[in-house]
Amino acid sequence: MIWPIDLAILTLVVVAAIGALMVKDLLGASVLFGSYSFMMCLLWSIMGAVDVAFTEASVGAGVSTVFFVAAVFRTTRRTRD
Amino acid sequence: MTDLISTVVAKYNYWIYITLMMIGLYAMIVKNNLVKKIVGMNIFQTAIILFYVSIGVKKGGTIPIIEHGHGQENHVVHAVDYINPLPHVLMLTAIVVGVATLGVALALAIKIYNNYNTLEEDEILAQVRGK
Amino acid sequence: MKIVGLIIVAVTGAFLIYAAADFPAWSDPASPASTYLSPHFIEKSMEETSVPNIVTAVLADYRGFDTMFETTVIFSAGVVCFFLLRISRREEPESRYYRHVLTGVTIQLKEGYKMPPSDDFEQIDAAWTPPDLIVKTACRILIPFIQLFALYVIAHGHHSPGGGFQGGVILGASVILFAISHDLRSAVRRMSEKLIAILCAVGVLIYAGTGALCLLLKQNFLDYSVLAGVLHVDPITARSHGILMVEIGVGIAVLATMIWIYNNVSSAGRYRQGL
Repeated sequence: MIWPIDLAILTLVVVAAIGALMVKDLLGASVLFGSYSFMMCLLWSIMGAVDVAFTEASVGAGVSTVFFVAAVFRTTRRTRD
Repeated sequence: MTDLISTVVAKYNYWIYITLMMIGLYAMIVKNNLVKKIVGMNIFQTAIILFYVSIGVKKGGTIPIIEHGHGQENHVVHAVDYINPLPHVLMLTAIVVGVATLGVALALAIKIYNNYNTLEEDEILAQVRGK
Repeated sequence: MKIVGLIIVAVTGAFLIYAAADFPAWSDPASPASTYLSPHFIEKSMEETSVPNIVTAVLADYRGFDTMFETTVIFSAGVVCFFLLRISRREEPESRYYRHVLTGVTIQLKEGYKMPPSDDFEQIDAAWTPPDLIVKTACRILIPFIQLFALYVIAHGHHSPGGGFQGGVILGASVILFAISHDLRSAVRRMSEKLIAILCAVGVLIYAGTGALCLLLKQNFLDYSVLAGVLHVDPITARSHGILMVEIGVGIAVLATMIWIYNNVSSAGRYRQGL
């Protein structure tokens, strides 16, 4: 494991997580959550957990983002926080 | 002092996992919007999965797929050469179950929105108490 | 509320940091997690099951009972989404709209009238917009390759990363892609709700049935080596084949559940207009 890449991606993960919670638009939050999941997938692949990274790339970054977008489409984009 | 700093630097991964977990917990407690709470729940969940996967990492180990092929039938496998596969198995199913529960949570949020026409927690509570 | 939340988070974080100081060093090969059970899996799984991917071997063979109930959890999540959202009461729309497939002519029928079922006309919603040509064509080219890749992931899970969960999700994602690029009605016409529900149950049934078959052959539940007599192979290869059967069951269940949840969430249970 190469620690500079590890540290850089860990920082990006934290930034994406805070961004997904801070942004005042639910559609933006769901897209940022998708990017968070993809960063997580990169992190697992550099840790050597290829199966987990594969699952996260298909489930977390793919299908769960679609679920979020669908739910936001059926409800509302507005949020106060 | 240098002892403390070396301990902090050697375990920087763990500190960042704890940070992520606390971000998720904070969002679940404080955020007012239901979808934001669900996002926080997912962040909490992935932080725990990240912690579990990181338990299995071994210095100098490769991915848990055994080298195989013709002429390697008598190849002796050493446990030190491969990453611990057990946390991967546990967390692989946890991710897929996580997306299924995410679907249920979003279905509940849609149901609430249809009834109260809002996703904000305090407005829902005001409507429930007003009735 | 914010201050209470901050206090709770700070206290929990302090406890966790205090506990993390006692953890074994990062990436230590002699840590407790890597010394008790996992050396057996790493060293013996190849000769006991002839599956090089240890994760697949442990997932479907050594911990098969656990994975069976994970599949059941996914199945019940799909059923719960259906019961929460699906609107069974058939509300009659004021007027129905039909579109001629070849020419694009749309006709409106007044309340109470119905078009006899035919291939030339398809029913559409009042706020229907034609799907974008470029997106539609690109998805049409992409979807067969995505499905082929998903089948490869399921079948090749023994030798490379992948397996039933990943392949099932990718297969489901290809159908979801079709529903997004066209519309939900045409996706449901190709894969009806009844078929999805049946597939969802069949996936779990294949998994549990494989276990019950081992039980019928006078062995333990999910002990695939006894399938050697049925499949005419040696017991070690039989375990490998048993893992494949179970992975196919998992793939079918996950595929159907993903589509089911998407259909219900994206249309809020009405099955009319998707995303």
